[in-house]
Amino acid sequence: MEILLLLMLLPPLAGAALNGIFGRRFSQGLVSAIGCGGSGLAMVFALLAAFTSHLGPDSPPFVHSYFTWIAAGGFHTDFAVYYDRLTLVMTVVVTVVAFLIHLYSRGYMEHEGGYYRFFCYLNLFLFMMLMLVTGASYPVMFVGWEGVGLCSYLLIGFYFPKKSASDAGKKAFIVTRIGDAGFTVGVALLFWTFGTVNFPELFSKVGALPLGDHQQTLTAASLLLFLGAVGKSAQLPLYVWLPDAMEGPTPVSALIHAATMVTAGVYMVARSNVLFAHAPEALKVVAAVGCLTAFFAATIALCQNDLKRMLAYSTISQLGYMFVGCGTAVFASGIFHLMTHACFKALLFLAAGSVMHAMSGQLDMRAMGGLRHKMPTTYWTFLVATLAISGVPGLAGFFSKDEILAAAYNGPLGSPWLYWLATITAGLTAFYMFRGLFLTFCGKSRVDHELEHHVHESGSKMTVPLMILAVFSILAGWVSLPKALGGGEAFDRFLEPVFGASERLLSSSSAIAPHAANDLMLMVASLVAAGLGILIAYWFYLKSTELPDRLASSLSGAYRTLVNKYWVDEFYNWLIVHPVVVGSTRFLWQSVDTGVIDGAVNGSAEATADLGRVLRQMQSGNIRSYAAWVLLGAVGWLGYLLLR
Amino acid sequence: MIPLSHVLILSLILFTLGAAGFIIRRNVITIFMCIELMLNAVNLAFIGFARHRGNLDGQLFVFFVIVVAAAEAAVGLAIIVALYRNRNSLAIDDVDSMKM
Repeated sequence: MEILLLLMLLPPLAGAALNGIFGRRFSQGLVSAIGCGGSGLAMVFALLAAFTSHLGPDSPPFVHSYFTWIAAGGFHTDFAVYYDRLTLVMTVVVTVVAFLIHLYSRGYMEHEGGYYRFFCYLNLFLFMMLMLVTGASYPVMFVGWEGVGLCSYLLIGFYFPKKSASDAGKKAFIVTRIGDAGFTVGVALLFWTFGTVNFPELFSKVGALPLGDHQQTLTAASLLLFLGAVGKSAQLPLYVWLPDAMEGPTPVSALIHAATMVTAGVYMVARSNVLFAHAPEALKVVAAVGCLTAFFAATIALCQNDLKRMLAYSTISQLGYMFVGCGTAVFASGIFHLMTHACFKALLFLAAGSVMHAMSGQLDMRAMGGLRHKMPTTYWTFLVATLAISGVPGLAGFFSKDEILAAAYNGPLGSPWLYWLATITAGLTAFYMFRGLFLTFCGKSRVDHELEHHVHESGSKMTVPLMILAVFSILAGWVSLPKALGGGEAFDRFLEPVFGASERLLSSSSAIAPHAANDLMLMVASLVAAGLGILIAYWFYLKSTELPDRLASSLSGAYRTLVNKYWVDEFYNWLIVHPVVVGSTRFLWQSVDTGVIDGAVNGSAEATADLGRVLRQMQSGNIRSYAAWVLLGAVGWLGYLLLR
Repeated sequence: MIPLSHVLILSLILFTLGAAGFIIRRNVITIFMCIELMLNAVNLAFIGFARHRGNLDGQLFVFFVIVVAAAEAAVGLAIIVALYRNRNSLAIDDVDSMKM
């Protein structure tokens, strides 16, 4: 087992090293073979590990330490893996999606520069992501956490000669740094209180506490950890980096900024479920932040005209859903949505990439339309993903989103307002996704005539991964049929060993009786919301296409607010970026640096020169005057000795 | 018996003469002799103290000073000869090329 896990971790690292060091001299075929081989082997071994792990419902997680990493005083951390059913789900999801996106990238990146660089970063990312999900302690997890952040930075700034791309990379790095600071402080607080940061000891120590013990410490530590998750998973108020991250190549947006890396925050909260279960207040914050983010991002997505940016806001919104699931203490529903979302959001991005490829980089949906006939495969797969994310019954998103909505109402920490806001968000999601679909693929073509004849379906290198992901987007939900439809919620039961104790602790202690609404009723309400969203989108963008413009002009205030994304970027610029820049220029540079630091250096040099100018008058060249000075000095010294 | 103060006063007079000569005179050889005079004034003081204290430490120092003075005389006279060959002059004020 430990060998299998090592074999899963090492191929991507080896691939990254090979491509990174020698890739410049390799042919494109060899580079992509190494890149896809690295991720493919990781996938094979992840699946093998999943099938041979035999984790029973009562078996403890598999923990294996490869070597001692840090041992300093009371602080001891091994380079160790922690494999339980949650890790199993994460490794399988990450490696499968990553492998498909590697395959897709072969076609997508064919005509771009830096082919080897791209595959090197992609493999390095996969290695770091696997470290993140298999690490058996917060420090090891943090290595992966920062590693994926680094790869994200490198890949967002992949087209670094473009200023907007390099700026977006820096923005992502700096904004997530705020969250990472919270994460490190939270881990330090845990070590200070419990004397360990390794998952097995820490979780058993905390798990043994009665509810209410160390409440304040655990709430603070959980909130600090959640701050890390807020940065990494792009929640309010640190979500601003994710839309800009779309400057990177589209496969990167699919893999890192939709399917895997941004879900690391959700994974981390789920992994720390024992801590959060002892801090219900922190969980309420998680749910509230998630729900508000979901709604807020969905409203912004309504008016975006850039296809990828719309998908980015949709990702933020869906991540919010996952936090609602975790925050209402039904962690499995969050992970379930993570899994289904990875499939259909990766598919959406890859299909958008296929469109972008055909349109020579054009992403404005107002200049598309009617692409359905020219790119049928892309259209059909995009349609499947859109149906899935909108929560149409039978597809993946329906099952997972419905479970979260049920959790928001009936979960141990659920409450009606969470449910209703999330349901409205589901309606908004359906609307903006179908808006994107209709504008891009249906209706009359608004494509430039120059481009028109150039539009073509992508090659099989790109369409095959699309089709595989489309199949996943349909089937992924069926692993866990909801109880309301006579299913057994198999996925929840599968993750029961990981989350069960925390969920039982919270439901036993929650003072309020569960609101206990009928699951079927909740399901119908969310279906009505989604149906309404789809119908309105159909009406607006296919039936009476002049209506959106009329509405926009009659509600121009609201429309401008949404198009400008609530002016959040401008607000942050005004509040933080501008003061920092001005303060650095005026104060740190022009006063402190030129005044104090340069002043001290130049001042001491000038003082020495001035002193020298005075003293060198003594150096007349006249030997007798030197002798007189010596004599005078001797007499002075003697006088001092005698008279003191 | 000659008191210590007499010896020291003589030593002081000799040293002052040497120092004054060193500063006032311009001939290098005279200056050189003034240095010797100052050294011997110090020697005299050493002898006086040695006698006054009744041990041989001072006398020992005198031997060192004489040895150093002998070496210094050899080196110093060589420098004076070299100086004269280069400048055709023994005036100390002509040797001033070390000034700024």
